[in-house]
Amino acid sequence: MSAHAEAAHHAAHPPEAHRSSRVDAPTLGMLLFIASEIMLFGSFFTAYFFIRVNGNAEWPLEPFHLPVFVAGVNTAILVTSSFTIHWALQAIKRGNRAGLQAGLVLTLALGTTFLATQILEYARVGFAPHDGAFGTIFYGLTGLHGAHVFVGLTLLTFATIRAFRGHFTESHHHGVEIPGIYWHFVDVMWIVVYATVYLL
Amino acid sequence: MRNPFRNEADAFRLVLLTVGYFGLIVVAAAINTWLGLAVFVVLTLLAIAAVMRSRREPPQQAVIRPSAPGERRILVVANETVGGEPLRDLIHRRSEGVEERVRVVCPTLMSPVRYFASDEDRPRAAAHERLERSLGRLRDLGITAEGEVGDADPLQAIEDALRSFGADEVIISTHPEGRSVWLERGVVRAARERFDVPITHVVVDLEAEEAEARP
Repeated sequence: MSAHAEAAHHAAHPPEAHRSSRVDAPTLGMLLFIASEIMLFGSFFTAYFFIRVNGNAEWPLEPFHLPVFVAGVNTAILVTSSFTIHWALQAIKRGNRAGLQAGLVLTLALGTTFLATQILEYARVGFAPHDGAFGTIFYGLTGLHGAHVFVGLTLLTFATIRAFRGHFTESHHHGVEIPGIYWHFVDVMWIVVYATVYLL
Repeated sequence: MRNPFRNEADAFRLVLLTVGYFGLIVVAAAINTWLGLAVFVVLTLLAIAAVMRSRREPPQQAVIRPSAPGERRILVVANETVGGEPLRDLIHRRSEGVEERVRVVCPTLMSPVRYFASDEDRPRAAAHERLERSLGRLRDLGITAEGEVGDADPLQAIEDALRSFGADEVIISTHPEGRSVWLERGVVRAARERFDVPITHVVVDLEAEEAEARP
């Protein structure tokens, strides 16, 4: 291409934006967001471990009791939802739109069940956020996670609506991939919360 | 550094690893508190070691741009072994009946110390020289090619080139087994796992060819 032709070409079409080849912009955005989330959860966990180590007593403190079994079932539900969102992504990568839709609907259903169960658990657990540091940190950590589940469900709802409108293809499915990454992050955080607060 | 949230599949793997990690700690702690602590320490050290190892591995996936109809884009990646009859025959076979576009990528070979110090001027200059030699050799074989100097990591160099070139096929040219560092490091296998483009491995023994050519 001559210099003149190249100049004319650039005038009509601006050159492609320069960007790092290491990671594409939407994924990098999600990474930075998740990094900030980890810092947020990190501060809550710091408070939790401070209270627990400083208390130097059995956990949970008497007379509180944590619903370990119900939360365990809820954990299984949330882990299963990671499988279903992964299945949805794999389905659309193979061009299987029905699989994508089914996977997303199942993930939404499982996520909603998790959230509903957590709300029910709050109603039955027998203590409130103002019942000392223990109650505060329990509701703080699980509530913070619950808020993230709600955000994840909102993102998945948009993805599901778009899936039913035929928006995604084998090569173009960022709108599912990004909420999927976020959903897995929410799942990982719950496993950490459940293991540390309920089990250990 | 490899980013575990780079794609959904990696994030899903992280979920499974987290389940395994905490599952083992909880079971061990249920048996004995100190055993739980020991399992926690061991698993955490293993996780740190895995993260450190993965930092040396390149990130995955590339955006592939399709070629125009009637055109075949071939990306040739080699450090010092571009040239030779096997490569020429392969490129000619692949471009039968279509217009071939060949791009050669020569990764910048440098030591880890230079890499971390970003002292890459001399290695890049050397890579430029190798690239010019490679393009010259291909011209001698009747193949018109363009070229560029790539990242020090051959897989990253392929990924970068695929983003701007969108090859239909990648040819990795190496020395024979036993003399090739890339083969020892499993570059060809890793490229096949990582890219959706067909990867062809060509062994080029320039020394043997030159010896045969001598009277």
